[in-house]
Amino acid sequence: MADVFYVASRKGLFTYKRNGKDWKAGAPAFLGEPVSAVLKDKRDGALYAALNLGHFGAKLHRSDDDGATWKELAAPAFPKASKDPENAPSVDMIWTLETGGRDEPGVLYAGVIPGGLFRSEDRGESWKLNDPLWNREERKGWFGGGYDKPGIHSILVDPRDSAKLTLGVSSGGVWKSDDRGATWRLCGKGLRSDYTPPDQSEDQNTQDPHRLAMCAADPDTVWCQHHNGIFLSRDGGETFTEFRDVKPAVFGFAVAAHPANPDTAWLVPGVKDERRVPVDGKLVVNRTRDGGKSFAPQAKGLPGEACYDLVYRHALDVDETGARLAMGSTTGNLWASDDGGDSWRQLSAHLPPIAQVAFG
Amino acid sequence: MPRVSFTDNLQKHLPCPPVTAPGGTVRAVMDAVFEENAPLRSYILDDQDRLRKHVNIFINDVAISDRVRLSDPVAENDRVFVFQALSGG
Repeated sequence: MADVFYVASRKGLFTYKRNGKDWKAGAPAFLGEPVSAVLKDKRDGALYAALNLGHFGAKLHRSDDDGATWKELAAPAFPKASKDPENAPSVDMIWTLETGGRDEPGVLYAGVIPGGLFRSEDRGESWKLNDPLWNREERKGWFGGGYDKPGIHSILVDPRDSAKLTLGVSSGGVWKSDDRGATWRLCGKGLRSDYTPPDQSEDQNTQDPHRLAMCAADPDTVWCQHHNGIFLSRDGGETFTEFRDVKPAVFGFAVAAHPANPDTAWLVPGVKDERRVPVDGKLVVNRTRDGGKSFAPQAKGLPGEACYDLVYRHALDVDETGARLAMGSTTGNLWASDDGGDSWRQLSAHLPPIAQVAFG
Repeated sequence: MPRVSFTDNLQKHLPCPPVTAPGGTVRAVMDAVFEENAPLRSYILDDQDRLRKHVNIFINDVAISDRVRLSDPVAENDRVFVFQALSGG
């Protein structure tokens, strides 16, 4: 099981390491700075942290000694526009970082707000905007989702073929490429929105996946926590089936997929979009072990009353065994499980708002 | 030559002591600054070389008006101040 995980928070990056039966927090990095994404590259051991400096922009740092020292890298940036400089794009925030395939050492992807996908082939030293996606006419129809502008929050690289990419875009749908991003197609048939006129509820280009999670052993299985509910794809995100009437609620942001069992996933429900708190003040992790036929809320060790925590889309993670999970909230609470979510242990109640947890 | 100084809040991210830099506009002065301190550029300007939304530049006592092209004129003895805005923190 993984013995380390990272917590990207509003005021720094925290590292938790296993110490016997406990987790021990190390000294924070970037204390006081908003960390919007963290990535441990298991291919070469590098650790990446994306900062969202309120005044001074999106920044990217890499550590090659597990956080002891950091080097600032060139952050992803849009090409300079030849016309209309007032409205040309600039990176607001690096929302997610992902590694390329095992056969692509040094390749990284970054999903940013406003809606750009960037690729690096040199361990983050330089970045290039994916023009084929950025230039798609449909992009102009993407909404903002949570933030004022649309953003790419989920990047799935097929472990069987690293040329195959699947993206989740806030209010911009699910997009797939079979050729490392040279061409893209809009997917996600079966997703449903109720924040658009009825005739557009199945418009794939304005669907709002909150998070996509792929089963590593069966990459055709893609779970989707969507703005309007819980969906599952068995064909890599081409089409989805919805699970309705899931208790305590179908709304949420985070979803984690079991790495080996395609029928198992975890989600963290909230009341609904207008009231983003746990149902009845009771925090649960909703787990399915039968491919969505049933969901069992897991509450052991989680607050059972007067709880208003929200778990953001990147703030639930599962390790490579499927047994260890970590979860952090916007209230700064942090929990971990050693038994696949049967029970949870609170590791801190005093962290800053948490954007992401990620196993190393 | 115009003298340019930077908010202390930038110093924790990268070294940026006060400097003198030639130029008749904010753009020219800042380009001269970045010539000597390239990493500083992305902290003050965005991807399109506009002044970042939550950064302010003053010429003496007056905030610049052109945040896109940075065309405000700078005189030989002016002082240029780069501050963080109180918004955006």
